[in-house]
Amino acid sequence: MDFTLHKGEILTLIGPNGAGKTTLLKLVLGLLQPTDGRLWRKPSMTIGYMPQKLHHDPSLPLTTARFLQLGLKPKQPLDPYWIEKIGVTAYLQQPLHSLSGGQLQRAMLCRAVMRQPDLLVLDEPLQGVDVQGQAHLYRLLVEIRETLGCAILMVSHDLHLVMAQTDRVVCLNGHICCSGTPQSVREHPEYLRLFGEQDTVFAIYAHHHDPDRCASHGTHSHD
Amino acid sequence: MTEIVLVITATGLMVALLSALLGVFVIWQKQSYFGATLAHTALLGVALGLLLQVDWQWLVIATALFTGWAVHTLLHRTRLSADTLLGMLAHSTLAVALVLLSYSPVQVDINSFLFGDILSVGPSDLLLTALLLLFSLLFMQRHWRHLLNITLNEELAFAEGVAVARVRLQLILLLSLVIALSIKVVGVLLITSLLILPPAAARHFSRTPEQMLLGSLVLASISVLGGLALSWQLDWPAGPAIVVVATALFLIALPFRRA
Repeated sequence: MDFTLHKGEILTLIGPNGAGKTTLLKLVLGLLQPTDGRLWRKPSMTIGYMPQKLHHDPSLPLTTARFLQLGLKPKQPLDPYWIEKIGVTAYLQQPLHSLSGGQLQRAMLCRAVMRQPDLLVLDEPLQGVDVQGQAHLYRLLVEIRETLGCAILMVSHDLHLVMAQTDRVVCLNGHICCSGTPQSVREHPEYLRLFGEQDTVFAIYAHHHDPDRCASHGTHSHD
Repeated sequence: MTEIVLVITATGLMVALLSALLGVFVIWQKQSYFGATLAHTALLGVALGLLLQVDWQWLVIATALFTGWAVHTLLHRTRLSADTLLGMLAHSTLAVALVLLSYSPVQVDINSFLFGDILSVGPSDLLLTALLLLFSLLFMQRHWRHLLNITLNEELAFAEGVAVARVRLQLILLLSLVIALSIKVVGVLLITSLLILPPAAARHFSRTPEQMLLGSLVLASISVLGGLALSWQLDWPAGPAIVVVATALFLIALPFRRA
């Protein structure tokens, strides 16, 4: 597996469950060490990370504003531009544990973005977000990239909405099945084999994974 | 006489501050069972000390540090849940300690270790506790934000540049030391309640982590001073008296719930 992520690029990892998307993300973040192979990260890079879930315990009293500030340097003020843009204003002074799932996700995104990262890493940012919210999020990501000039790496199950705004899609299934512009990946025979042909934008996710056909790509295991 | 009282009060007060300082993280990171386990294994240190006829205080410190480190390491390498691992460790070491104590050349009153023996506190305890308090304050001042971020989400903290593994181990070793030094004041069985009752009470009227810490410091101090006063006036056993006051404060704080 070999790929490069450049500054200012939006790259989306897609692939079925167990394909290694999260593992790759953890390697990039340094949470896991590669057992084999090489990983080069630009030295002293600022990373903004939006995890899938926070698992915040209500015994720790924290307002949303304080949660955002903890991602910054001590005493660094919050940037009202992103708070407004990402839509966190309304619950800034509310306790973190009282937020809904979607509100918490926006708060996590806001924290990651306010760090002014060189690399923004988003782990399944679409989970539990409705279709309207997804469209909003993609417009937001493009704007974040344009304003900060950062690279964005995200993991998604979603296929079509992602592709509209992504520069490059890497389709994983234990190895890189295929990669390229959204359009080229979409027409790639490997991709079609993995996900099947989908005509409608809101097609229900169907994972057609045929071990026999995949076996020709070398050694990797399936669950 | 007044000098002894002064030493006891000052040591007790510093134990209160220490337990509040560490107790907030015990609550936030759900580690009360870990605290209880550390306390139980400390009894093994006592037994070893009596058997080898050396000052048990140092062996208690060594045992607590070792247990803290061992649990921290084991938890990431075993398939057993934290709950199981800690349960096994707490009670197996307690059993071994009690067996070893039966070989002790000197007759010992086990109660003084289980529930504290405030009268055995001397100037060396005062000095040791003062040093630990100073060290803990410096640690918290330096790593407060890191610790809050680790509490929120370890992976997020790591991605944002916090040395998660190191800070977490340091916190656990500090907790081990606090427990080891608190045994004379409140005893093995009661130290967990001194760790968690003041922060739990303070949670009710806190909106920020700092308010909760401050509340815990005040409530723990009142508990220790109140407990010592009751022990002095009514001849109550000091350790239990301290915990009774802490429990009373928790109950009083219940109606003051805020977000």
